[in-house]
Amino acid sequence: MDVTGLSLTTITLFLPLIGLAILVFMNGETQKNNLKWVAFVTSLVTFVASVVMWINFDPSTAELQMVQRNTWAEVSLGESVINVSYFVGVDGISMLLVLLTTFIMPIAILGSFGSNIFEERGREKLYYIFLMLLEWSMIGVFVVHDLIIFYVFWEVTLVPMYFLIGIWGAEERIYAAVKFFLYTMAGSILMLIAILYVGNRSGTFSTYSAGGDIGVIEKVQNFDGEGTYWDALGPDGEGEDAGFLLDSVESFLFLGFLVAFAIKVPIFPFHSWLPDAHVQAPTAGSVILAGVLLKMGTYGIVRFNLNLFPEATVAWAPTIAFLGVVGIIYGAWVSYAQDNVKKLVAYSSVSHLGFVVLGIFALNSQGLQGATLQMVNHGISTGGLFLIVGMLYERWHTKEMADYGGIWKVMPLFGAISLVISLSSMGLPGLNGFIGEFTILLGSLGSDYLGFAFTLFGTLGVILAAVYLLKMFQHVFMGELKKPLADEAGYKLTWYEKAAYIPIIIMIFWMGLQPIVFFNLLDVSVDNIVAMFVG
Amino acid sequence: MENLPLLVPLVIFVPALGAIINFFFGARLGEKWSGYIGCFASILAFIVSLFLLSWVTGTNGSAAVVNPPFFDGWLRIESIDLDISWQMRVDSLSVTMMLVVTGVGSLIHMYARGYMHGDKWYPRFFAYLNMFLAFMLVLVTANNFLMLFVGWEGVGLCSFLLIGFWWDKKAPEGWKNSNAARKAFIVNRIGDFGLLMAMFLIFWTFGTLDFVKMGELPNTEAKYLVNWREHNGLLPHESDAVHSEETAAGEDDHADDGHGAKYECVPAAAKSHGDDHAADEHSDDGYGKANPLAKDIRALYCDNHRFDTDLLGVFGQTTERFGKGEPVDFGGFQIAFEDVIFLIALFMLLGVTGKSAQIPLFIWLPDAMAGPTPVSALIHAATMVTAGVYLMVRSNVFLWELNHAGYVLGLIITLVGAGTALVAGFIALGQWDIKRVLAYSTISQLGFMVAAVGIGAHVAAMFHLVTHAVFKALLFLGSGSVIHGVEHGHHHAHDHGHGDDDGHHDDFDPQDMRNMGGLRKRMPITYLTYLVGTLGLAGIFPFAGFWSKDEILADAWFEGFELNETSGFIAFGMLLVAAAFTAFYMWRQVVLVFFDDARSEAAERAPESSGAMLLPLVILAIFTCVIGLINVPKATPIFDGIYHPYEFKHFLEHSLVSVSRGHTLDFNLLIAGIALALGIISIVIAHRVYKGKGLASGNRDQLETSAPSRGLFKLANARLYWDEFYAALIEKPFNRLADFLADRVDWEFLHDYFHDRIIKRGFDTIGDILSKPIDLGIVDGAVNGVGLFVQRASNWMRRSQTGYVRLYAVVLFIGVVAVILVMLIPFIGALLQSGA
Repeated sequence: MDVTGLSLTTITLFLPLIGLAILVFMNGETQKNNLKWVAFVTSLVTFVASVVMWINFDPSTAELQMVQRNTWAEVSLGESVINVSYFVGVDGISMLLVLLTTFIMPIAILGSFGSNIFEERGREKLYYIFLMLLEWSMIGVFVVHDLIIFYVFWEVTLVPMYFLIGIWGAEERIYAAVKFFLYTMAGSILMLIAILYVGNRSGTFSTYSAGGDIGVIEKVQNFDGEGTYWDALGPDGEGEDAGFLLDSVESFLFLGFLVAFAIKVPIFPFHSWLPDAHVQAPTAGSVILAGVLLKMGTYGIVRFNLNLFPEATVAWAPTIAFLGVVGIIYGAWVSYAQDNVKKLVAYSSVSHLGFVVLGIFALNSQGLQGATLQMVNHGISTGGLFLIVGMLYERWHTKEMADYGGIWKVMPLFGAISLVISLSSMGLPGLNGFIGEFTILLGSLGSDYLGFAFTLFGTLGVILAAVYLLKMFQHVFMGELKKPLADEAGYKLTWYEKAAYIPIIIMIFWMGLQPIVFFNLLDVSVDNIVAMFVG
Repeated sequence: MENLPLLVPLVIFVPALGAIINFFFGARLGEKWSGYIGCFASILAFIVSLFLLSWVTGTNGSAAVVNPPFFDGWLRIESIDLDISWQMRVDSLSVTMMLVVTGVGSLIHMYARGYMHGDKWYPRFFAYLNMFLAFMLVLVTANNFLMLFVGWEGVGLCSFLLIGFWWDKKAPEGWKNSNAARKAFIVNRIGDFGLLMAMFLIFWTFGTLDFVKMGELPNTEAKYLVNWREHNGLLPHESDAVHSEETAAGEDDHADDGHGAKYECVPAAAKSHGDDHAADEHSDDGYGKANPLAKDIRALYCDNHRFDTDLLGVFGQTTERFGKGEPVDFGGFQIAFEDVIFLIALFMLLGVTGKSAQIPLFIWLPDAMAGPTPVSALIHAATMVTAGVYLMVRSNVFLWELNHAGYVLGLIITLVGAGTALVAGFIALGQWDIKRVLAYSTISQLGFMVAAVGIGAHVAAMFHLVTHAVFKALLFLGSGSVIHGVEHGHHHAHDHGHGDDDGHHDDFDPQDMRNMGGLRKRMPITYLTYLVGTLGLAGIFPFAGFWSKDEILADAWFEGFELNETSGFIAFGMLLVAAAFTAFYMWRQVVLVFFDDARSEAAERAPESSGAMLLPLVILAIFTCVIGLINVPKATPIFDGIYHPYEFKHFLEHSLVSVSRGHTLDFNLLIAGIALALGIISIVIAHRVYKGKGLASGNRDQLETSAPSRGLFKLANARLYWDEFYAALIEKPFNRLADFLADRVDWEFLHDYFHDRIIKRGFDTIGDILSKPIDLGIVDGAVNGVGLFVQRASNWMRRSQTGYVRLYAVVLFIGVVAVILVMLIPFIGALLQSGA
């Protein structure tokens, strides 16, 4: 049974494609100046649509909302029929991440308004087409609840990002683009295998129930036989002894998903593609990569690993949380040693997302809500940091910290903005970053599956965040002005630069002072997941 | 009157507004108005604090919890009852802090108008100062640990901004400034780590971070409440004996059974006979009278017993649950309640050592003197650095319970505090920089306060906090006046740097006491006020420091010699020595700066500062003379009868449980005499060493001329090599490990070797194996089509420079084959089954 009829989710999802279609039919040469406006307006409209979704969203239920489900293909297998369907809808977690996506996109596009990459590389039209394609696929990842379609969207995000880095990136862009692509591909192939297995065994690719069809998650949750759902099904359909870790089928499936997500996040030690991709990507690419793409990994873990494989999650929680804590400290420490501003910010993502991973695998409400909020926080603050680096680069044409200094003196407003964003990133209480980190660490201490040391070492990351971010801030913004610009006009922020920062600053304060709004959005949805693990 | 506490949000809001105005419009307002707005915001906050004081005293020590407007909750997750709101606390303790912060703050704002005159970032300076006030007031008015933490880190941020205020000065000074700022922030962050850990533990232990819940009594044992309840017929009269001060004084066992006693909440009508007693009893000391205005508010109060334990705030719960040995469940592990409290207190102590500059984290404060002098006075002497002491006093319940359950917490805190007092006092003996002497002096005095907390003398700690805020602000502002004068004298002497900030980039250091001397005649008002401040700090009768230091020493003596506590002996011995150091280094400073002949042209020509700077000095000097009288001990000769004894103590009793349970000491002439004599002797010695001699040959200190003192002076001058020790032990390994991780592990191993060599080469090899047989023509006609395709592909791959495209193709190829196989297996199986 299907739930047809156009839902708001579908509208939001496909709005970027309309922009893309317009862009395709525009002339890249004669209408060069209008291209960015089409992209910008499209992303704005999409944002408005997602806000309308938010207004219509009822946070008091964990059910999917604004659902649409159309069956695409039916595969008959003996007696059973496996559906592949277009199945979209949002719960609190999806809603928040959709909002993050549509929020970051206009900012990223504004960030490329004054970019000089086109003077050198041209192909402006293609650039904006890829951005639109990227937005579409990213929203898709967050709203789709059919495993096959999820996989499709997941892979589609790679393509525009691959070209964004590969065409408009810095010197070693080809290397970085290919590495980014391959790394992620290698992981997602394992996920594809796991997806096929899941669909084949459970008889459906839909994760949630809709219109009378029972989704995989419900099947897993309602299973009350011996062992776990997956082990009971067994590789030969007859069920086998549910062992521990690698003895169990569930663990294999869990890892199949996890490796794909872990590479995307990236969880230490799968992060080696990240500095390359970030350093080489153009500003908008970095902003989106840090702002949204990395969250697809953590979102995937919450949505699929936790929901589909609860027993394996419990078994693996300490291990993965340990990697998260290692990531927190390792990422921060390595970040501190960098001399390249962009690389420093890139490694800081490893540290920040370590927090998210720790929060997820605390497997309680505090941890998981904090983690979800921290995804958004990181998107905003690190996105902002990459924007800062981009603007610096456009003026001074260098990423080496040693070449900067004293920027605050000539660009007081820019310095103040950068300070706020840096403080948000290092988790100053009252700003957004703190709320996430605090809740996560709070959750990790009360977790049934983790111990005291996780909290202790995780909290050390708070110190280290100040260490590397202040190093950056001091070297770039304080001290004597080392390289004055030839043209003093360059010190002024353009309107689109200011416009890009205003929403970021607003969100930093809003989420820091009244996070209650966002916790309300998440509460019931997260509670639904946590209920499997607590009590 | 009853609604006065609702004003408390203003105390934060006004300075915040001032900061915002100065941030955004300061440049347009000009120096004059920007300064006015800064001062006005601060003074207004002070006036509001005065109103709150009048409310607390007028209602006989009431306390209130206020929800600020516009902020509905904060960190709230409904499904799990996590609810941390923006909530403010008005009680005697927070009002005390508010008054110190805004009072001293206002004077320093006024002073800064003169001191910062001509600075190109004048509005920004006032914006920062106001922002600091706002955060500091968030800290002291918070009703939960998290909001306190907002203020805690917020003031740290302001401290960072203000220490590094002159980061744009020419190298190397500008860079030194920003380094000092960064150091302060990071060292404080280490402390904040402790506070964060403490908060996590508190949350899972108590389920809340609130100090007290609305309607909960802050101190069920406070005398005023006993009297009041009795007055209203809520208490039988005989219970009076347990709580009266006489019984409590000096009896330790009181703690063991005394605080266990609980009273039923009985309606007033049922016990109306109680009314007769209270009417005349206790009315003499002024605290027994129930204020008629307060009746309505108090009618809500009865006893914390009407709450379930888990509905109480953190401190109320501690009182109820301590000593029962129940375990606390953290999900993954369990710890006994008492041990958790101990752990919390230890983590909290780490936070205190950061913010209040104690061993081992005190190293940031001397460097923080890089900031403008008003900043040093306000943030790094009077207010922010006392936040740690405030936190410990606020959490006095923890300490009280732990100390009386035999935990060594008190001893640890005492060791930290007294050790810091001693070490910093010693280092101060050998410093040349006028502000650095004061900085180490501040650290030393903070050590006094922390040690006082360690021995359980919370009132003495708070008392010393208040007096210290006054006279240390005075000293810093005085030193600022001196520096200002010497700087101007230097300009006059060399006739360059016309009013420009960057003018003095030569070697001349206007803060070096070796360049001073003889300023007594040049700057008479600065000299006189500085002298008052010095005597106050040195603890000379009748100035402020005498009273507060004496109270700490008397408490330490009592704790050690009467109650036989180790911490008491330690505190008494070490603090006495530290007090002697204090008097010595302060007098050394006075002699070097003000007496004898000028040792530089600059000092010869130094002019007296402007009126805007001198007025705050005079006011603070007056306060230094009288502020000590707020807490005159009982039975002090002369003063007894003129003043209410322990006025401040009674005031604080309303918010501090430990006070009503603790002992009350009479004035101890012996201790006061010893302390005073020691101070005077130190001053006399310092006078004989330095007066009339100036510097020894080669710009050396007089102490360096003879053998035994030379080594000690050098040690003090090198600051005990503490910074060097940290640099070698922590900083260097940290940086090296960072480089090792980044270059060797992450880049060379993970990135280059593991990825580019192992993975890539592995795929290349597989690629070769797959492609070579085809090249060799082993595969024949049956797969010709495929062979041709792969051959072309591999040729094309070989041409590509990076080799990655080949890798990519191979991965894709393997992947697709694998996926197709996996997809097919179940289908084939199913087909076979259905076919069979």
